[in-house]
Amino acid sequence: MIPELKIALAILLLPLASFVLLIFFGKRFMDKAGHIGAAFLGLDLILALFTFGSRMGTEGKWDFTFTWIDFHTMVNNVPLKIDIGMMVDNLTAVMLVVVTLISFLVHLFSLAYMKGDIRYSRYYANLGIFTFSMLGIVLTNNYLLMYVFWELVGLSSYLLIGHWYEKKSASDASKKAFIVNRVGDLGFFIGIMIVWMQFSTLTFDGIFGAIGTGVIPFDSNTWLTAAGLLIFCGAVGKSAQFPLHVWLPDAMEGPTPVSALIHAATMVAAGVYLVARTFPMLTADALMVIAYTGAITAFIAASIAIVQNDIKKILAYSTVSQLGYMVMGLGVGAYSAGVMHLVTHAAFKAGLFLASGSVIHAMHNALHHQHDHHTDAQDVRNMGGLKSKMPFTFWTMLIFTLAISGVPLTSGFLSKDEILAGTLAFSHFTGHSIIPIIGFLVAGLTAFYMFRMLILTFMGEHQDKQRYDHVHESPFVMTVPLMVLAALSFFFFFSLNPISASHGWFFEKMTYPTVVVPAAAAATPTEEFVEEVHHQHTMAMVLSVGVSGLGILLAFVTYFWKKISADAFEKTLKPLHTFLYNKWYFDELYDATAVAAMMGIAKVLSWFDGAIVDGIVNGAGWLAKLVSNISSKFDSYVVDGAVNFIAYFAGLLGLSLRKVQTGKVQTYMILAIIGLMVLMAMYM
Amino acid sequence: MTITLTHFLIVSAILFSFGIYAVISRRNAIMVLMGIELILNSANINFLAFSRFGGMNIEGQMAAVFVIILAAAEAAVALAIVLNIYKRFHTVNVDEISFLKD
Repeated sequence: MIPELKIALAILLLPLASFVLLIFFGKRFMDKAGHIGAAFLGLDLILALFTFGSRMGTEGKWDFTFTWIDFHTMVNNVPLKIDIGMMVDNLTAVMLVVVTLISFLVHLFSLAYMKGDIRYSRYYANLGIFTFSMLGIVLTNNYLLMYVFWELVGLSSYLLIGHWYEKKSASDASKKAFIVNRVGDLGFFIGIMIVWMQFSTLTFDGIFGAIGTGVIPFDSNTWLTAAGLLIFCGAVGKSAQFPLHVWLPDAMEGPTPVSALIHAATMVAAGVYLVARTFPMLTADALMVIAYTGAITAFIAASIAIVQNDIKKILAYSTVSQLGYMVMGLGVGAYSAGVMHLVTHAAFKAGLFLASGSVIHAMHNALHHQHDHHTDAQDVRNMGGLKSKMPFTFWTMLIFTLAISGVPLTSGFLSKDEILAGTLAFSHFTGHSIIPIIGFLVAGLTAFYMFRMLILTFMGEHQDKQRYDHVHESPFVMTVPLMVLAALSFFFFFSLNPISASHGWFFEKMTYPTVVVPAAAAATPTEEFVEEVHHQHTMAMVLSVGVSGLGILLAFVTYFWKKISADAFEKTLKPLHTFLYNKWYFDELYDATAVAAMMGIAKVLSWFDGAIVDGIVNGAGWLAKLVSNISSKFDSYVVDGAVNFIAYFAGLLGLSLRKVQTGKVQTYMILAIIGLMVLMAMYM
Repeated sequence: MTITLTHFLIVSAILFSFGIYAVISRRNAIMVLMGIELILNSANINFLAFSRFGGMNIEGQMAAVFVIILAAAEAAVALAIVLNIYKRFHTVNVDEISFLKD
């Protein structure tokens, strides 16, 4: 193993060490637990930055593989063995920095946000195991370990969403997240099995290499598409894509920094990362399904986000929408753009969540001060005018909002632009023009609802004067992470050219992987696609700025200048509003179908268990009892009777013989003499 | 009438029978001991008679002296036992001392 990979291994293991330390000895550190966790992650971040720096200067990738299990047999002329290992390429290096950076900032932010929490050390321990699992996903070079870490991420997400498990809504949300994720993971697992059946290896290199030589599952492109789509199922679950997006908004029951870490920047990005990793083996059909899934997700979530009032719910739906964007970007073939949006989005969405956490924290304190326990601290309608009270939070949040809206000079503009150019190129090659239409529509919607949230929260007048007086800016330890993330939301971190990312370092380093799919099933060749993207770029840029500007303008007209009455609009479109407000009734739909069906099956199984299985078991028990009863009777009457009789008989005999033994010497003597006399009589 | 071995043996047998009778019939432990003395003395008579009339010569008398010594020792030991029995049971009635039976 080369030294660079040893450092990467250290990056992986440091958060695990933090977890072990805090879960076993956390109580002893009291309120120092957070500082310990943050110190571990700080070190981790430094190592990740170092790895990133040394990675970017070299070609190829660092790989370390060893045989874990060797079955010593051959299948399809390939030795049957399980290889595992780790790998660092450019994508991994970028992901390492993203994960450790966001995780470190969240650790810092939580120092103030989670202060005095009843399970403070447990919280930091769980952050540790989450970071460990997430780093594991990006560091492995095979699907097997990835699946293991994939499940670990699911577990740690479950633990963190359910951090305040006394609240029923939180424990329900954690269960929902876990179960919905499992649905997607099942598909992922089947996909892995198909690949394993054919190639007897699970390493990325092994699989892609084999496909590259023309070997495909069961000699059929359809099976290759199926394998790709089944693996994509895992991404649908983790990245909250339609139709499994329902868990993410509920997951907002967790602490807000957790939402920033898991449900904005890292865990949900794991699905996008998975698609990026699997990209070389995705056929044109599979990519088409992926693109449509992403587009539908982006649209549904954006439409719901418009009418939500809970600040975290708005951000949650915007996250779902943006994840749809990334998946759509990868689906249309814009690999680098999709990955770049993952990175830029991680920064500004984590920032948005942390900023909302800062606002909620301030609102909570103000409400607490007033002894008001009924007003919802997360409802944007209860906020307003916080701009002058919380300047740091406001300005950073403004930057994040501009970035997510795709306003020029921000990082979001660069990545979103490339995705939109990609969708235009996609429609040029395939004729599916609905994808770019949805793309631009969602861009406009995003700008609208994000500015709606910003205006409602920070501008205008605060309703309650007394409460307003008690609102204070959050402490430094909370605002510093915001400022770091705000700085990262500017364009110059990703490309020196503010209007195009295609010549920045990110696109230079994050080159398209070599597609290995047979030519008959492959999507548009990379070179042609990139060429077309360049043609479409200006068009995409103009349109995207246009729709974003329109969205922002509409938001200001409606909520700031109040030229259009949102309430009146809501009344005219009452059915639509109700439909959107209730999230397209997805939860109800699933309750009525999947959940009800599962409950029905569960009831039938329960009945089967109760009536048939229990009946058989009870019958067997009853029979055994009967037999044992008979046996017991036989024992006590026949066997015991015989034994007792013998004993009684012996006793009776003894009783009669006992009389001979008088205990008087004289009697014995008489007998002895009589005996002597008898003997004498006999021999004389 | 000359006194022959038979006369001695008859006397000895009578004495022995008295002894046995005493040992069997008496209730008092002292009496039982006395019966034993009679039995021993009947044996002595036999030894002496055989010494005089039989082929035992001096050995018969020697044995008799041994028996006398033995009787003395026996009396000493037995009386000690009887004393202890009395101490324990406040009686020397052998019928009542059936302690071993239980």
